[in-house]
Amino acid sequence: MYHKEKSIQIKNSASALYNNLSVLRIAPRRLTYFTVVHANVVNMVSASWDGLNYSHRQLQSKEPNVATSTSLIMQAAFCVLPSRDLLVVTSQKGIQMYESDGSIMVYWHALDTPETPTAQAVFARGISAVWENYICVGVSSGSILVFDVPSKGSNITLSEVLEEHKESITDMASECSGSQECIADLVSADDGGNLCVWKSGEEFQLLNKISGFDMSCSSVKLWKGTVVAGYGTGQIRLYEAVTGILHAEVNAHARWIYSLDIAPFSGLLLSAAEDSLVRVWHLTMTPETNSVEVAHLHNECVTDTQICGAKFCDGDGYAFAVTGYDLSEIIRYTQS
Amino acid sequence: MSVRTLPLVFINLGGEMLYILDQRLRAHNTSEDNSEKVLNDIVWTMFSKPFMDELLKPQQLYSHRTLKTVLTRLAHSSIMRLNPASMDRLYELMIMAFKYQVFVCPRPKDLLLISYNHIDAIRELVKDTPAVVNQVDETHRKIIEVYASSSEGEFQLLRQTLLIFFQDMHVRVSLFLKSQVQNPNGRFALLTSGPVPHRVDVPGLIRTFNSKGREVRRSEFPTGGSYTSPIREGSFELHGDRVIRLGTNMYNVNHPEETHTSKVPSVKTDDAPNLLAKEELNLLARLMGSMKAENVPGVETGFRISLFTTDQEEEEAWVAFLFLYSLSSLCGVINIQAMQDEQAATELARIAGQFAEREEESDNPSSSKGDDLLAMMDDL
Repeated sequence: MYHKEKSIQIKNSASALYNNLSVLRIAPRRLTYFTVVHANVVNMVSASWDGLNYSHRQLQSKEPNVATSTSLIMQAAFCVLPSRDLLVVTSQKGIQMYESDGSIMVYWHALDTPETPTAQAVFARGISAVWENYICVGVSSGSILVFDVPSKGSNITLSEVLEEHKESITDMASECSGSQECIADLVSADDGGNLCVWKSGEEFQLLNKISGFDMSCSSVKLWKGTVVAGYGTGQIRLYEAVTGILHAEVNAHARWIYSLDIAPFSGLLLSAAEDSLVRVWHLTMTPETNSVEVAHLHNECVTDTQICGAKFCDGDGYAFAVTGYDLSEIIRYTQS
Repeated sequence: MSVRTLPLVFINLGGEMLYILDQRLRAHNTSEDNSEKVLNDIVWTMFSKPFMDELLKPQQLYSHRTLKTVLTRLAHSSIMRLNPASMDRLYELMIMAFKYQVFVCPRPKDLLLISYNHIDAIRELVKDTPAVVNQVDETHRKIIEVYASSSEGEFQLLRQTLLIFFQDMHVRVSLFLKSQVQNPNGRFALLTSGPVPHRVDVPGLIRTFNSKGREVRRSEFPTGGSYTSPIREGSFELHGDRVIRLGTNMYNVNHPEETHTSKVPSVKTDDAPNLLAKEELNLLARLMGSMKAENVPGVETGFRISLFTTDQEEEEAWVAFLFLYSLSSLCGVINIQAMQDEQAATELARIAGQFAEREEESDNPSSSKGDDLLAMMDDL
């Protein structure tokens, strides 16, 4: 169904972090941007669609104080808003927001770090653009920071802090269905496997809370009102967002899932785990019976590699890209 | 990242160090008394209350350079002396062994079982000295207590922190190559078969439910692997069957070549043996203020050990040594990395230093001739 394409070499190897690959497709310029985190650096590659031009850039994590030790980056993700695209980078020190090509940093938010380290680690992780003008970022304490983003410029402000999760945020996702009115437009996941479903607005509204089973949910997606969640047990679960009804459960992987992605136009689902496997599934929604079907389509094995990032490169799922721990390349697959 | 890595790092790396030293001491036909003394002294220091208390404070993981320095001080808390190049080689072996254990660890919480395997083996090594055994038990109890409340997600964060620390290290270890857990390119093998970890279901099943929660359909899919049910869970108590074998002594069978390492020529790592190791360690010592940099003549009650010597290596090493010595005298710049780290580790090194029988003497280059030379990088 898919065959392997030429890989893109990156300057450093990928670190073992959840959701360690972000992809931004820029159709007008026939380019795709990829970002991969390596320790305290974000590797950015801009690849032209004809496969002839690659340009690289590296972004460092920002230090408010030069004397302090290196700050490790937890995640880098593109946030697509109607008016602009931003690249958000979260680390142990705080949150940086750049123009999508990584050229200028437009915003910096420092996390509250105690004078002497406490037993709980401090970091930001979990990034999602929401609806028209919000970017939400999770924190290790369980808080979610909601930033209000103007259509241009750097006047980004912290609009709200959502305190619902008690454990570290792992991932967040939203449904950007353009003009379609969604009931729920944000889902957040934490280290205990708990999921919160939100409605965005001047004040975010908690619509539902789905309890975890004491196992970390490392990656989460929202599509057509359905939450798709990947867990440390290798399981994928599909819940109806607003009601919490469990639609389906897949014993998908033999090890911790690190990344999920959905191609919104085709309903293809991508899952990747430490077991070195990437799997492609198809989701079918049947509104009449309020059911969801999951069909398995394809497997790819990246030999001897613990996969840490997997993303579709386009909305139909025609191509996808994969990163692995200690691997200095972005592996690509295209439909045959 | 995780602020709870150090205790496990020292237990596991320290454990690997003891396995290697034990094997090399036996291979060199060192007297039993001397061997026992060396191992006991190191374990005594490593598991001492001040040392462990320092490690148990929530803090970031050290840099490689700092870690190596502290481990060197640990090794030198015994009567044995290792020169910097020996320590470099030892460090590489320890790191690759621990990297392997962390990499293939079935689930993050099993990091504790790997640590307990090391502790169990250490207890066995010092079993004839009750005072040291007590020390080990005390520390073990403390470790159990500290990590008792950590969730799987927190263990995974710890594991991810360690994996970042080990990133890009692909030193080939002959023992790993022989048993095929490592490929010739230095990367570890990952199986898509065997038992799944505890709490994981064997992949292959899709279940669909209706809105009342009842299963309405189940189907299977091809997994591309051959997985089996999990085996029983290991014990997290002070004593017990850990079940998993990671962290047990792989050097138990006495083959000298098992402690050989070689660099993969095409891979450049941050941790290539530092050509200025001697200068750097001395400078570091001066910074920490706890080590005299001059020679202390006539205090030789300990013994020197060369870890990896055969006739051929000795010849190669002599050539390599001359090259390095000439290189080190040309380069004037010493790179100090992560000053913050080293200041943080000062306390630790000071504590380790208190256990040293005497102040360390610096290595005089000209006296390193002869049987202290070692095999250097294969591609030098």
